[in-house]
Amino acid sequence: MIKIINLRKSFGDKKVLDGVDLEIEKGKITVIIGRSGEGKSVLIKHIIGLLKPDSGQILLDDQDITAMSERDFHEVLKRFGMLFQGAALFDSMTVSENVGFALKEHTDMNDEDILKVVSEKLRRVGLVNVENMMPSDLSGGMKKRVGLARAIVMDPEIVLFDEPTTGLDPIMSDSVADLVLETQRALKTTYILITHDIPFSYKIADKIAMLHEGRIIEQGTVEELKASVNPIIRQFLEGRAQGPIRVY
Amino acid sequence: MKAYLERLGRSAEDFINTTGRMGIMLFQAVMYAFIPPVKFKNIFKQMEFVGVQSLFVVVLTGSFTGMVLALQSYNALKRFGAESLVGPTVALSMARELGPVLTGLMVTGRAGSAMATELGTMRVTEQIDALFTMAVNPVKHLVVPRVLAGVLMFPILAVITNFVGVVGGYMVGVKLLGINSGVYIGRTVDFVQVDDIMTGLIKSVVFGLITTLVACYHGFYASGGAEGVGKAATSSVVLASVMILVSDYLMSSFMI
Repeated sequence: MIKIINLRKSFGDKKVLDGVDLEIEKGKITVIIGRSGEGKSVLIKHIIGLLKPDSGQILLDDQDITAMSERDFHEVLKRFGMLFQGAALFDSMTVSENVGFALKEHTDMNDEDILKVVSEKLRRVGLVNVENMMPSDLSGGMKKRVGLARAIVMDPEIVLFDEPTTGLDPIMSDSVADLVLETQRALKTTYILITHDIPFSYKIADKIAMLHEGRIIEQGTVEELKASVNPIIRQFLEGRAQGPIRVY
Repeated sequence: MKAYLERLGRSAEDFINTTGRMGIMLFQAVMYAFIPPVKFKNIFKQMEFVGVQSLFVVVLTGSFTGMVLALQSYNALKRFGAESLVGPTVALSMARELGPVLTGLMVTGRAGSAMATELGTMRVTEQIDALFTMAVNPVKHLVVPRVLAGVLMFPILAVITNFVGVVGGYMVGVKLLGINSGVYIGRTVDFVQVDDIMTGLIKSVVFGLITTLVACYHGFYASGGAEGVGKAATSSVVLASVMILVSDYLMSSFMI
């Protein structure tokens, strides 16, 4: 289980995270929603160590990962996978080299065995015969799938998703939602997603948390959030320009 | 006045930040270069990029520089009846200064800008972050092979530049201007010492380090999308070129 306690982060004078408290259950799908620019990406980058907080803790199995040495955190990272917003595939490598990269770096597997695992992971995300393609030859949806295959190739315990449906059409978004559900059910992995795609969140989330003005203002199951009377939550879920959230 | 002081302060802060972060990157690169596993494939790939792919440009630059040096020095030395010194003038100029400096500047323009662009693109498309999240140290994976390639290939390129420069000078001096071939070669051998060549080689190792480190630094810390990547490439070429010229003067003043 991951426990985020009073996490704070500022960039210059701008407070982005202002005391985030959140518990992420093991083996469940937790979706963090919020407006663009509210710090969702900043939060997820703290969980995976790309950013260091000004104060606060992130406990992974009761160990504070923000206070770990570089070497210890390096080992912790092997328990994580991450799918980036633009997939972040290495554009100088083929699809199979991308997906098999972590295996090559961290295991003693030979090229043949790596290719077998890569093909199996690609099949799991619904891709066949793409091993030798370059990322530039793939559509946006295919890139996300390859990114997901790369994120789960080491069978991580926790997978983070940064805006997995951004830039995809509604049908492709729904197919990504199915993919998230299928892979999570098959692997029993802890999934943490950030998004502002409400239909997508409703479909996949075991728990939804809303980040607003640097804090988690509400969290619960989909039904609990839908029943919320908080006007900020209501405005965001209903996608209205009028309400307590000001539009800049 | 206040605005001017603020600008000055910000520039000083930027300078200190840049110097500090570049120093840390250099320290990390040196440290990770000695920590196994050594990624020979990555290193050879970068050596090919920095060295082999720069051959054409350094051969072209070196040969024409040697030729024009012969032409100009002949014109000047003829006034003192010292045309026989054209060979050593060309060879010493190439070995001690022009070979390493021109190689440094040309390879900075070609390979340094490409490195900064590549790493900058990797930064803004989150590929460097992706490396980190896969428990792969980005400095070890991206910076170490490039810096090693620079340090190893710049001296080799400088030797090639020197050689083609001397050949170019010989062609102009002997074939075009009519200096006796034996005199040209004999005088060159008499005047040029091993130390002269070593001076140039030491310089080119430093220039290789400067070019690759500056390019990696600017690419690594690029931000702001395509515009940021463009700025990173430009800044890396300008800063590396200036640092090559300044460090050349400093090294020359110590080694002369």
